[in-house]
Amino acid sequence: MSAMIVLLVGLVLMALGYFIYSKFIAEKIFRLDPDYRTPAHEFEDGIDFVPTNKFVLWGHHFTSVAGAAPIVGPAIAIIWGWAPAFAWVVLGTIFFAGVHDTGAIWASVRNKARSVGSLTGDVVGKRARSIFMIVIFLVLLMVNAVFAVVIARLMMNFPTAVVPVWGAIIVALIIGQCIYRRILSLPVVSIIGVVALYALILAGPSVPLQMPAEVMPGVTGNAAWIVLLFVYAAIASVLPVWVLLQPRDYINGLQLFVGLIILYGAIIVLNPTMVAPMYNNDVPAGTPSLVPLLFVTIACGAISGFHGLVSSGTTSKQLNREPDARFVGYFGAIGEGGLALAAILVASAGFASLADWQAMYSAFGQGGVTAFVEGGAYVIHNGLGVPEVTAATLLTVMAALFAGTTMDTGLRLQRYIFQEWGEIYNQQWMKKPLIATLLAVGTCMLLAFGAGADGSGGMLIWPLFGTTNQLLAGLTLLVITVMLVRLRRPMWYTLAPLCFLLLMTVIALIFQLRTFYEQGNWFLLGLDLVVLVASILVALECGASLKRHRAEVAAESKGV
Amino acid sequence: MSEGKRPGEWRAWLSQARFFLEETYSTRYRGAIARARRDEDDLFMLLVFAEMMGVPNPASYYTLELQPLLLERFHDWHRRQGMEHSPLDHFRCC
Repeated sequence: MSAMIVLLVGLVLMALGYFIYSKFIAEKIFRLDPDYRTPAHEFEDGIDFVPTNKFVLWGHHFTSVAGAAPIVGPAIAIIWGWAPAFAWVVLGTIFFAGVHDTGAIWASVRNKARSVGSLTGDVVGKRARSIFMIVIFLVLLMVNAVFAVVIARLMMNFPTAVVPVWGAIIVALIIGQCIYRRILSLPVVSIIGVVALYALILAGPSVPLQMPAEVMPGVTGNAAWIVLLFVYAAIASVLPVWVLLQPRDYINGLQLFVGLIILYGAIIVLNPTMVAPMYNNDVPAGTPSLVPLLFVTIACGAISGFHGLVSSGTTSKQLNREPDARFVGYFGAIGEGGLALAAILVASAGFASLADWQAMYSAFGQGGVTAFVEGGAYVIHNGLGVPEVTAATLLTVMAALFAGTTMDTGLRLQRYIFQEWGEIYNQQWMKKPLIATLLAVGTCMLLAFGAGADGSGGMLIWPLFGTTNQLLAGLTLLVITVMLVRLRRPMWYTLAPLCFLLLMTVIALIFQLRTFYEQGNWFLLGLDLVVLVASILVALECGASLKRHRAEVAAESKGV
Repeated sequence: MSEGKRPGEWRAWLSQARFFLEETYSTRYRGAIARARRDEDDLFMLLVFAEMMGVPNPASYYTLELQPLLLERFHDWHRRQGMEHSPLDHFRCC
């Protein structure tokens, strides 16, 4: 089948989702009110609470939520054929992610722009809040470990990208100084930054840097990269945000738009054929069953709990008018779905023949981001005439920068959690930024290496990361549903996705439990058990709190 | 549309683009940067009011001059440091 048709069907369905379903949700379920005084106006302080133009806010929201995860997940899930991944991304975006993101903004805006974590405590209960904190910690732990493994693998497979990826950090440092010290105006800096980044990408293939397969006896190249990445992320996470994180995020945002235009442009010009089977009946041995694993392998791109943290963290504090939540939240989810769609298309149409594709997807967890880079390079090379090695470098840089920025932010957030624990349990030493950072890095490295001695086991964590992320989304959906029940509005539009997610998460965890047991991977088995216990607790909490709130609402209406 | 208007329109478009870029750059980290700045300012407050709290300050001759300028911030500062009222007997605030 032609990739163009798949692309068009996907985009048309998502557009229908935005124009019809999101309108229904915004007007009939959340009843977004143009006259409601949003926290950005009520508590306006020029710092956290600032009424912001909805297009700017969308840009902020979209670039915060879009990262490497909507690329990696779909690119792994293609192993079951492109149709299941496509269907889950498109339907997930329309019925799950869009509603979840808009709902999280709405819930937060209606509660003084507080984060979902603290809302859980108030709306659902204290117990749910504790579970929420544990789940957030696990998500951050896994995201840092997994992304370190993803970048390390990219650095080993595509040595031409090493110079541009690390060079981008220097570009960001210079840009940060230029803006902070007001040396140049932002439009000029933006152009210089993007040009410098692309110059590095063009130069990359001439200066490949290959880490030796074995750096020291017992230390593989892959492991060395992982250690280097954590050293970098630890340093980056203690620097003031304006020095590195802010300019890096900004350049990444610009790069995201440029990269998406190039990818979509190349697909439209080339119109490749979907080489991968629509439904793969001949999956490699050891591939787990599609149901439930598909729904946790693709988290970001279909629905992701991480979005709830962004929606209720910074986005809700800056929402100008309540109805803007629809554009920012729902259309933000569609942006991410669009990125996942591009990943699906290039990872299934970017190969010359089915045999090439099968060679890439030789086992579960293979392919992934490497398939995205190689497939994408094939499409860009044949569609736009860019040399294949340059195109591969471009996509590697795009994926590595996303993953890198997420690591910086993730490690910083994890450090805050350790510092908060120090505060709660009155441990002075834990409150120190340096020690808290070391603890954060230590736990992440433990996970990255715990799964496999050379750090290669990190990809085994990917589905586990998906389940934890879905659990977080489930908790956010629970908060929204309880709020709807209390307002006596229809709850099925959020409760149905919630039940589906919890069911798939629990089944997937049980499946994985068996796999880890058979592999004798006790470390991941233990981790799986922790997540399983958390998800069962979430499910119980859902049942109990919905029952309680429905009873309360019923009693109130009787009283009236 | 007359020819003469074009440069003006261009300028308007450029300033619009600049506004969007600047907002995009600052939106996410506005809070974090403001907090970091406040932390630095708090340290500066401590320096200026150090002598009053019995902490010897070799630069007090110079910082004394700054005290009236920082009076407006004093209330917020002592509240942020966890003191309900002014910690200084001879320096009442609230």
